[in-house]
Amino acid sequence: MTMPFYVPPEQLVKDRADFARKGISRGRPIAVLQIDDGVLMIGENSSPSLRKIGEIYDRIAFAGVGRFNEFETLRVAGVRYADLKGFSYARSDVTGRGLANAYSQTLGQIFSHEVKPYEVDIIVAEVGATREDDSLFRIGFDGTLRTAEGVAVLGAEEDEITEELLGARTDGMGLDNAIIAACSAIRSASDHDIGDAEWEAGFLERGADRRAFRRVSRDEINAARNG
Amino acid sequence: MTGTEFGPLRVGETIPDSSFLSVLTHRGLQPRWEAGSSTRPEVPEATTVLALTWSDGVVMAGDRRATAGNVIAHRRVRKVYAADDHSAVAISGTAGMAVELIKLFQTELEHYEKIEGTRLSLDGKANYLARMVRGNLTLAFQGLVVIPLFCGYDDAMGRGRLFTFDVVGGQYDEIHYATTGSGGQEARSFLKSAWREDLDRQTAIEMAIEALVAAAEEDAATGGPDVRRRIYPNILTVTTDGVAELDDDALAPLVDTVLGRRP
Repeated sequence: MTMPFYVPPEQLVKDRADFARKGISRGRPIAVLQIDDGVLMIGENSSPSLRKIGEIYDRIAFAGVGRFNEFETLRVAGVRYADLKGFSYARSDVTGRGLANAYSQTLGQIFSHEVKPYEVDIIVAEVGATREDDSLFRIGFDGTLRTAEGVAVLGAEEDEITEELLGARTDGMGLDNAIIAACSAIRSASDHDIGDAEWEAGFLERGADRRAFRRVSRDEINAARNG
Repeated sequence: MTGTEFGPLRVGETIPDSSFLSVLTHRGLQPRWEAGSSTRPEVPEATTVLALTWSDGVVMAGDRRATAGNVIAHRRVRKVYAADDHSAVAISGTAGMAVELIKLFQTELEHYEKIEGTRLSLDGKANYLARMVRGNLTLAFQGLVVIPLFCGYDDAMGRGRLFTFDVVGGQYDEIHYATTGSGGQEARSFLKSAWREDLDRQTAIEMAIEALVAAAEEDAATGGPDVRRRIYPNILTVTTDGVAELDDDALAPLVDTVLGRRP
């Protein structure tokens, strides 16, 4: 009978975390910015059809970096969770906090029990009636759940972009200016050129009747940047 | 992966399509009505709803009454709903089941849109609704019938469209107007003589109200506008700009006009 090698848990967790981090650090960044009018999510995305940013429920949106199939699986599971909860109880019972917790549990479970951890970092953003009511949750590949304030960035050069955006963000900043600031922060941290057609953005609009999420088209992004 | 219903998410679920009903079915949560005995329970019934086209879209209207036998069960029932931003649905028949069907249909359209990143086509929505009606066939034999009416604006065709359904899930594309429910016959007769090409919005809305009034005059289960209590029909319009609902303040003068000219 062969004995399995003993691997100390510290080593096991470290190996898994290093593996996941390597995958994520290559991911093209996504920046999330809280402004007076709502919450902007914007990132580099050269594909016109595969999306990294998506609507989950009335006031809740999702963004992910890393392996597409993995965060897409999480997004779909999130939509199912939210729709089922809203259908069974009431629309107002679906909250960003509940969803972020569910993601955290799931990713934590996958990190320690599955063959390989998910190579993803995700953000759950919820827009509230006022800026104080907004919430931004970051969920890491190992299920770590953190809240962010004002700015959250996922993917490559995360710290550099965060710092620049925190500096650029001003009170009363409009959507156009937020787009400009985010694009320039992502651009200056990037080691390659990002073309006009390589942006993807979504916006959670404060005060919307019901479904607050809308996609910001590439034309709209470019109009803001050039205009 | 397993988990409690709303606990950790279920990530490896094999759900065959982008349907919300499939999610419910997969988890054994789909709405079910199991009618045990052969005697039909006395439950509230929603009655007359109708829709008609005008040059830029469709107007959909429903009275507010629900009856259980000879009793008026509810005076302020809503039978006309926005299905999503671009289509509307109205129901007649067993009220409780119909309301659940609409809620499921609304969730279904939104769910599909979010999962797929694109909206269902108008024909796709109508087809799906037909499937949902067909799902109730067994209950229909016991007298628990739900018949919807569906309308939307077809951007590809550049006009409003109407769909009617029957109890076996048959789906019919109507052109000018459609009615269903106990007062539907009377409303249809009215619309048959009143409807014409190139109606404008205002005329179409007044015509919808008048058709309901005509139905209420002949059918005891249909409630006419109750001016004293300010209970007016629910009226939605669907155009290329989306679904809009008329509020009571907008309806009050129209109802007055219509009642004033009735013989």
